Amino acid sequence: MADAAHSEDIKKHVRTYVMVFVSLMALTMVTVAVSYLHLSIGPAITVALIIATIKGSLVASYFMHLISEKKLIFFVLILTVVFFIALMTLPIGHMSDNLTH
Amino acid sequence: MQIPHTVELRPDTGLFNAKLGIWLFLASEVMLFGALFSSLVLLRVGSEHWPHGWEILNVPLATLNTAVLITSSVTMVMSWASLKMHEFGKYKMYMGATILLAFVFLIVKAFEYGHKFELGHFPSTDNFYATYFTMTGLHGLHVIGGIIVNAYFWGPGSKMWKTDPERFTNRIEIAGLYWHFVDLVWIFLFPILYLL
Repeated sequence: MADAAHSEDIKKHVRTYVMVFVSLMALTMVTVAVSYLHLSIGPAITVALIIATIKGSLVASYFMHLISEKKLIFFVLILTVVFFIALMTLPIGHMSDNLTH
Repeated sequence: MQIPHTVELRPDTGLFNAKLGIWLFLASEVMLFGALFSSLVLLRVGSEHWPHGWEILNVPLATLNTAVLITSSVTMVMSWASLKMHEFGKYKMYMGATILLAFVFLIVKAFEYGHKFELGHFPSTDNFYATYFTMTGLHGLHVIGGIIVNAYFWGPGSKMWKTDPERFTNRIEIAGLYWHFVDLVWIFLFPILYLL
């Protein structure tokens, strides 16, 4: 009985996976279509990164099950995000260095 | 001696050990690719001229490869779901499809690389090609790593299903987390290198 309920749960998961798959494919088409508009670099980067972030979040949340993961995993990931942001701000620091010299 | 907490959850973490292990590994991978993304930003911002990816790279082929990797992520998660539903035959089919799609990705990539080499574009050509080959090359090595692990679990490693099915299912979940991460990296590499 419990096993049947469990199987039903997994079947619901499978429906979600299919929906995520369709969304990922659609978003890929959108990001490629936008690139053919040849926007100026600022808006182009913004749109491309927003779409990539939505796609990445879908993969992490549903395929990697982050949406229902334990607290400790989130703690590890928050720490990772902090260090990742630090890495990404290094080039900005370099640019402001150039401005002051 | 038996390895502890391969199936039963640790009371303090609430996880089986490999789950925490793979996430720590993926955290280190985020930093590895993060360093390369950061370097790319530095080089691009500091450069007087930087070509648009779509001017010199093959966007349709890379779009095809994006679709291939996304599909392989779905087949990977379906292989795990099949084990959860005790359908070993379907597991073999979905895992086999994941491996095949990974090969398709590499073959398409090899065509792209081959074409660039024919035109005389190498990592040493300029900073654009240096970052392009370094980042897609490192990603490609991760795809090869995924193929090796997944092929083991498709072939000889799948014997564990008969002796310890729960542990085997957990192994597939862990291999899946790695594989989805490889997909995730490509989701960012594709627009940054090809579309901007």
